[in-house]
Amino acid sequence: MEKRVTFGKWTIGILFAVPQLLLIFTFFYWPAGQAVYWSLTLQQPWGGGNIWVGLDNFRSILSNADYWNSITASLVFAGISTGLAMFIALVLAALTDRQLAGSRLYRVVLIWPYGIAAPALAMAFRFILAPEAGFMAVVNRVWPGFWDPGLDGADAMASIIVAFSWKYVGYNFIFFLAAFQAIPRSLIEAAAMDGSGVIRRFWDIQFPLITPTIFFLLVINITESFQDSFGIVDIMTAGGPANATNLMVYKIYSDGFKGLDYSGAAAQSIILMLLIVVLTIFQFRFIERRVHYR
Amino acid sequence: MTMIKRGFAALAAGALSTALAMPASAEPVKFDFWFGLSGDLARVVDTLCKNFNASQKDYEVVCTSQGNYDATLQNTIAAFRAGKQPAVVQVYDVGTATMMLSGAYKPADKLMEENGYKIDYADYFPGIARYYATSKGEMLSFPFNSSTPLMYWNKDAFAKIGKTEAPKTWEDVGADLKALKDAGYECPMAINISANESWQLMEQFSALHNQPIATKNNGYDGLDARLEVNKTKFVQYVTDLKKWYDAGLIKIKSKDLGQDMVQAFASGTCQVILTSVGDHGTVGRTQKEGMKWDVAELPVYAGTERKNSLVGGASLWVLSGKSDAEYKGAAAFLNFIHDPKTALFWSTNTGYIPVTKSGFDYMKGQGFYDKAPYKGREVAIASLTASEPTEITRGVRLGNFTQIRAEFGTQMQAIFANKVSVQEGLDTLVKNGDAILDRFQQTYPGKTLP
Repeated sequence: MEKRVTFGKWTIGILFAVPQLLLIFTFFYWPAGQAVYWSLTLQQPWGGGNIWVGLDNFRSILSNADYWNSITASLVFAGISTGLAMFIALVLAALTDRQLAGSRLYRVVLIWPYGIAAPALAMAFRFILAPEAGFMAVVNRVWPGFWDPGLDGADAMASIIVAFSWKYVGYNFIFFLAAFQAIPRSLIEAAAMDGSGVIRRFWDIQFPLITPTIFFLLVINITESFQDSFGIVDIMTAGGPANATNLMVYKIYSDGFKGLDYSGAAAQSIILMLLIVVLTIFQFRFIERRVHYR
Repeated sequence: MTMIKRGFAALAAGALSTALAMPASAEPVKFDFWFGLSGDLARVVDTLCKNFNASQKDYEVVCTSQGNYDATLQNTIAAFRAGKQPAVVQVYDVGTATMMLSGAYKPADKLMEENGYKIDYADYFPGIARYYATSKGEMLSFPFNSSTPLMYWNKDAFAKIGKTEAPKTWEDVGADLKALKDAGYECPMAINISANESWQLMEQFSALHNQPIATKNNGYDGLDARLEVNKTKFVQYVTDLKKWYDAGLIKIKSKDLGQDMVQAFASGTCQVILTSVGDHGTVGRTQKEGMKWDVAELPVYAGTERKNSLVGGASLWVLSGKSDAEYKGAAAFLNFIHDPKTALFWSTNTGYIPVTKSGFDYMKGQGFYDKAPYKGREVAIASLTASEPTEITRGVRLGNFTQIRAEFGTQMQAIFANKVSVQEGLDTLVKNGDAILDRFQQTYPGKTLP
């Protein structure tokens, strides 16, 4: 017979739940509610006299070409950097999993990038990718004017993508390697004895078995590329040139904190939140179907 | 053991001296001062605070750097909304309009009057005072670190093209840059075109040429002012800059690209830059060994009657909602900063200029401007006082000006990248800037600037 704890009165149950509910309310619903309220008003920065404007903030944002440009830039950034970070990490993890000489060293070295704070790595990449001083200066000497993130929007976008992907390669690598190592050795060995090559074994055995990890990382990478890109953009390009790298999260920061337009920034963060929710639902609805869970 | 003994002795002595000095109140009144300078400059401010605390026994100022101007304003707003604001805060020039409408301050002139300090407001350079005063001339905040832009030019390079003086007109600048290029200089002039350079490129240029940035006397006469830089002399200026950039006479230098303009000038890579007098010290300290350089007023177009340039930097605001005792302390602090001797200390240790005539005269009297590292900084005063301020050269009083400056940077980048023509870019700047001003006006319905 099943034993379970029951409470005579529902009030006791509520009592136990209260601390938890309080935490959730304080740290999630209250700020989120505040953001919704702000997005429907015009806030005077110093407080006092807030005007109810309904959906005006959303209307003015959505009718602003710069905002649509910022959505496009965010999507481009998310797509390319996620693809790049996952692909490189997958290749590196697959190679490390083969236990080549020194694979333990690779394991340590490849995990490091994720431990570096975004502003610090942005600083480093600012030097590496500087057109006149860094690594790209060499390229520029061969083809003058080839690399100019100061005025060329595509170059600036490329530079933040490289910095962001570099960081997430480290993160993805940890998960991919763990997933590879969870695959029973015997499966691979059996396949090898049957005469299948490295590529064949990868596609037919390893890849299907790590699809849950791939899916998990896809969701995380896309979400993070919308939110964690802020530090990199701030230091490397500050949203320029000509708004080419003005990602949604950076625009929220510059409008809200620098421009003191709290209402506009609140409305933008709600749109950003909705966009991430939609993207996540989309991924679970359509991509998760292809995932094999054991 | 001896350490402890000595400690006790010191404590006892300290207690004794305090008791002797102030029999009534044991503790000095503490009040907070938040500022936005960092690094070297923050250390100078800290010394300033220590000097103030040492100068008297009744008050103690606690000075805290908030990192930069933006963060100072953000943190102060957050603190104010939580009722924990500092008594005195440093706010940058472009935050002035926002501060004026905030209703969160105590007018500085009133504070001084209430606490028995007599300040001669006519002593302030008019170009500086009017930036922070109401349209009726009441000083709402006290200028603190003030600067204005100058043209830095490399004497060695100009000697190569047979020049011993800095160009005075933009026409001459164009010819000299060409000559420098022909003489083999890769980077005759460096500029940057981010939001911050709106200050020297758009705002100061417009002031010197007595051209408006916005209607309603640059916003002084109402929140319904709108930008009009797309139909002033500024259009010609941007056109020329772009032309010179295309001809390789101007290079863009910024920190993002590896080297900012001040570094580019100090290292001898670029021969002309336009930047704040505040950088005078930096160039002197970091310049290439033996390089000869000087500063001059920003050029104007031929045939222009030169007007005064605008003040940059920040001013000190006293916030509302503090106790009378703290206000007394704040007033004493502002009075201390106003002192000509403080001006000398401040200008010696930073590149900033004195803000009062008496401070300037005192420094001249001390021979400050005759000595090598400081020689040339008097040009900044000449530039600020080139004329009585006109309705337009009093300053810029536009809401959300930070966002307008950001828009300036965006459009300049679009122009220089050949995405749009000069006129298209400036038209977009005006259109987007007006939307920002509209929004500011809607946020403060029925309010007018003091």
